[in-house]
Amino acid sequence: MLVDLQGDSSLQVEISDAVSERDKVKFTVQTKSCLPHFAQTEFSVVRQHEEFIWLHDAYVENEEYAGLIIPPAPPRPDFEASREKLQKLGEGDSSISREEFAKMKQELEAEYLAIFKKTVAMHEVFLQRLAAHPTLRRDHNFFVFLEYGQDLSVRGKNRKELLGGFLRNIVKSADEALITGMSGLKEVDDFFEHERTFLLEYHTRIRDACLRADRVMRSHKCLADDYIPISAALSRLGTQEVPFPLPTFLTQKLEGRVASDEDLKLSDMLRYYARDSQAAKDLLYRRLRALADYENANKALDRARTRNREVRPAESHQQLCCQRFERLSDSAKQELMDFKSRRVSSFRKNLIELAELELKHAKASTLLLRNTLVALKGKP
Amino acid sequence: MAAEREPPPLGDGKPTDFEELEDGEDLFTSTVSTLESSPSSPEPASLPAEDISANSNGSKPAEVVLDDDREDLFAEATEEVSLDSPEREPILSSEPSPAVTPVTPTALIAPRIESKSMSAPVIFDRSREEIEEEANGDIFDIEIGVSDPEKVGDGMNAYMAYRVTTKTSLSMFSKSEFSVKRRFSDFLGLHSKLASKYLHVGYIVPPAPEKSIVGMTKVKVGKEDSSSTEFVEKRRAALERYLQRTVKHPILLQDPDLRQFLESSELPRAVNTQALSGAGILRMVNKAADAVNKMTIKMNESDAWFEEKQQQFENLDQQLRKLHASVEALVCHRKELSSNTAAFAKSAAMLGNSEDHTALSRALSQLAEVEEKIDQLHQEQAFADFYMFSELLSDYIRLIAAVKGVFDHRMKCWQKWEDAQITLLKKRETEAKMTVANKPDKIQQAKNEIREWEAKVQQGERDFEQISKTIRKEVGRFEKERVKDFKTVIIKYLESLVQTQQQLIKYWEAFLPEAKAIA
Repeated sequence: MLVDLQGDSSLQVEISDAVSERDKVKFTVQTKSCLPHFAQTEFSVVRQHEEFIWLHDAYVENEEYAGLIIPPAPPRPDFEASREKLQKLGEGDSSISREEFAKMKQELEAEYLAIFKKTVAMHEVFLQRLAAHPTLRRDHNFFVFLEYGQDLSVRGKNRKELLGGFLRNIVKSADEALITGMSGLKEVDDFFEHERTFLLEYHTRIRDACLRADRVMRSHKCLADDYIPISAALSRLGTQEVPFPLPTFLTQKLEGRVASDEDLKLSDMLRYYARDSQAAKDLLYRRLRALADYENANKALDRARTRNREVRPAESHQQLCCQRFERLSDSAKQELMDFKSRRVSSFRKNLIELAELELKHAKASTLLLRNTLVALKGKP
Repeated sequence: MAAEREPPPLGDGKPTDFEELEDGEDLFTSTVSTLESSPSSPEPASLPAEDISANSNGSKPAEVVLDDDREDLFAEATEEVSLDSPEREPILSSEPSPAVTPVTPTALIAPRIESKSMSAPVIFDRSREEIEEEANGDIFDIEIGVSDPEKVGDGMNAYMAYRVTTKTSLSMFSKSEFSVKRRFSDFLGLHSKLASKYLHVGYIVPPAPEKSIVGMTKVKVGKEDSSSTEFVEKRRAALERYLQRTVKHPILLQDPDLRQFLESSELPRAVNTQALSGAGILRMVNKAADAVNKMTIKMNESDAWFEEKQQQFENLDQQLRKLHASVEALVCHRKELSSNTAAFAKSAAMLGNSEDHTALSRALSQLAEVEEKIDQLHQEQAFADFYMFSELLSDYIRLIAAVKGVFDHRMKCWQKWEDAQITLLKKRETEAKMTVANKPDKIQQAKNEIREWEAKVQQGERDFEQISKTIRKEVGRFEKERVKDFKTVIIKYLESLVQTQQQLIKYWEAFLPEAKAIA
C-alpha cells in the first residue's frame, strides 16, 4: 500500500479493469459517488495513460492549486524489457529441457503480469489521492476525466506542448537556484527553512535508495532463476538405487517470491515517495517564487513611493503578492505536514509487511529444505 | 481493487488466468509421487488459487503461514509415513545406512586459510563390500587433512608448503597420527608415480589438481590481496580432496609411494612435474601422439558393456559440464547480489539519517544494519556454493577424463594383443616358407620365434582380460562413489542453505519490532 487514504465514501474511484494492447494500455476508471454534481451514482469511462498526464498537468498549471502538493503522475507503462525477454526465450536455446522451458516461460509471464499490475496500481493511486483531497477532488477537469464518455483527445504531444515542456525545464533550473539558496532570497519562516534543507537531501537520498533497491531485486531474481537448470540437472544425477528426490526447481519459487515482495514493499514504495517528495519540492519552489514576487513588489512599491509615481497600482500589486504568498505558505504548511504523516504511515506499513513476508518466505524455505533433506537422507 | 483484469496478451495471444499462478507440478513432484501411493498418505489437497492481488496491495496482514498448500501436504505426509510403510524402501538402502558425520555449519561457511575445520572429515561407508576388500582385515579408517599453507622462500623460487596430516588406525602405518610438509609439485609427483603404475592396468587414478602459472606467480611475487588468498585456499582444498580420493582407493592405499608421501619427512623433489621442463614437454608430445593413435585404433568390441559404459560416461561428462557452468553463474550472481545489498544498505542508512521523523529514522537505520548482515550472509553462501558445489563438479569432470583414459588403455592393450596375433601369424608363415625352402637353421629360428610370439599372444590375451576385469570393477566402484559423493555434497549444500535461512529469520525477527515501533 503506497498511500493511506482516509477519504470519505462520497467519491470512490478505482480502476476496475485494464487491457494491454500492442502499444498501449486501456484503463477502465470506475466512479461511485453520491455527489450532486454527477449525473449518475455509478459510471465508468476508458482512459489511456496520456489522459492521466493531461489531468496531472492541468492541476500543475492551475494557479489555484499552487499551494498544494499535486500527486505525482503515474509513470508510463513499459513492457519493453519484459516483452524482449519473452521473445528471446521463444527463439532461444534448444538444449534446455521442456520442463525447464515451461518453468522459465512461466516466470517471465509472471514478471510481465507483475509489471502490468503495478502500472494499474500506480494509475489508480494517482486518482485515489485526488479523490481524497478536499480541494483537488472538486476540480472541473477531474470531473470531466471521470465522467466524459468520449476520449479526451490529448494523445500525443503537439509542437506547442513540446515547446512548453522545454520552457518548463528552464524555469526548473531557476527554481533550483531559488531553493538551494543561491539566488540570495531570504527565507522568513523557520519551518520552511527546515523543510527546504530536509527535502533537498531527502529527495536525493531516497532516489538513490530506490535505484539500489531495484538492483538488489534484480540480482535476487537472477539468482532465483539460476536454480531452474541446477535442480533439473541435480535430479538427473541420481540413480535408481540412489535417487535424488529434490523438489522441482528447488528454492527457485521461494527466492523468486522474496524478490517480488522486496520489489513491492521496498522498491515501489521508495520510488513513489521519491516522486512525492519531488512534488513537495515543487510546492516549495512555487512558494519561493511567490516570495520572490512579493519581495520584488515591495521593492517596486518603495521605488514608486520615492518617485511618487504610480503608487496606487504598486500598492495593490504588492498587496496581491503578499496575499498570494501568505495563502501559499499556509496551505503549504498543512500539505507538508500531511506529506510527512503520509510518508511515515506508508513506510511503517510497508516495512512491517516486508519483514513479515521475508520471515514467511524464510520459514517456508527452511521447511522445504528440511523436508528435502529428510527425503534425501532416507531417515525416519 | 476489483478482481477482473484482462491480462496482457503474450506472444501466443492466449489469455493467462493470472489468478492461478501455481504451477501444476509445484515443489514436491518427485517426493509427493513416491508418498502418494501409500494408502495412509492424505489426499492431495485442492489448491486455492493464489491471489497475488492480495499480496501486492498488502491489505491482508501477512501471517507467517504457508499459503502454498502443497508445502503443507508434504509436511503432513512426512509425519504420516511410518517406518513400516512399503514406500520407504526406494529411499532406504538394504545396506546399513551410511554413517553421515554431522558437519558443523560454521566449519563449512567460513573458509579460513589456516583452519583444518574447513576440511570435513572423510565420510566412510562401512559397507560390507569395502570391508571384504581389506587385505589385512583392518577397519578402513583413514583421515587426511591439508592445512597451514606457508610461503617458503622469496621471489620466483618461492613456493607454498602445505601440512598434510594423517589420522589412521590402519596397521600399515607406523603411527596413528602424523603430519608432513609437502609442496604442490610433491603432489604432482605422487600422482605421476601412481598413474604410471596403475593407469595402464585399468585403475582409475584420481587426477591431481591443476597447475596454474598465473595464480602461483601472483603468490610468489608476494601479492597479499584477496585474490591470492582465495587462490591458495582453493588449492589447499583441492589438494585435500585429491588425497582423500586417492586413499579411498583400496589398491592405491597399499602403494608404497603413497605411504612414503604421507609418512616420510623428506621427499625427493619431483622435478619432472614442472610445466616447462623437458619431462613436461615430453608428456605433452606423448599426449598428442596418444590422441592420434586413438583415432586410428578400430577395436572389435565383443563386449557391449564397454560400449554402453563409454557412452554413459560421455553423457555424464556433458551433464556435469553444463551443471558446472550453471553453478558458476549462480556463484557470480550471488556475489552480485551481495555487493548490491551492501550498496543498498549504505543508501538506506543515508536515508535514515535524512529522515526527520525519529522513529522512522531509527527503523531505517535498523533496516540498513539488517541489509548489511544479509550481505555478509550472501557472501558466505557464495563461498559455500563454490567450495561445495563448483569445485566438486570440476573434480568430477577431471575424474571422468581419467576414466576415459582407462578405457583408452584397454584399447591399446587390445591393439597390442591384436598385433601379437598378427606377428604370430607372420612367423608361422615364415616357418612354413622355410620348411618348403628346406633351410633347417632358419626353420629352428622360426620355431623359436613362434614359441616366443605364442607366449606373447597368451600374455596379451591375459592382459586384456585382466584390464577388462579391473575396469569393470573400477567403474562399478566409481559409480557408487560418485553417487555417494554427490549425495553427500547435496546434503551439505542444502544444510548450508538451511543455515542461511535460519540466520535470515533471526535478522528479520529482530527488525520487525523496530518497524512496528514507528509511531
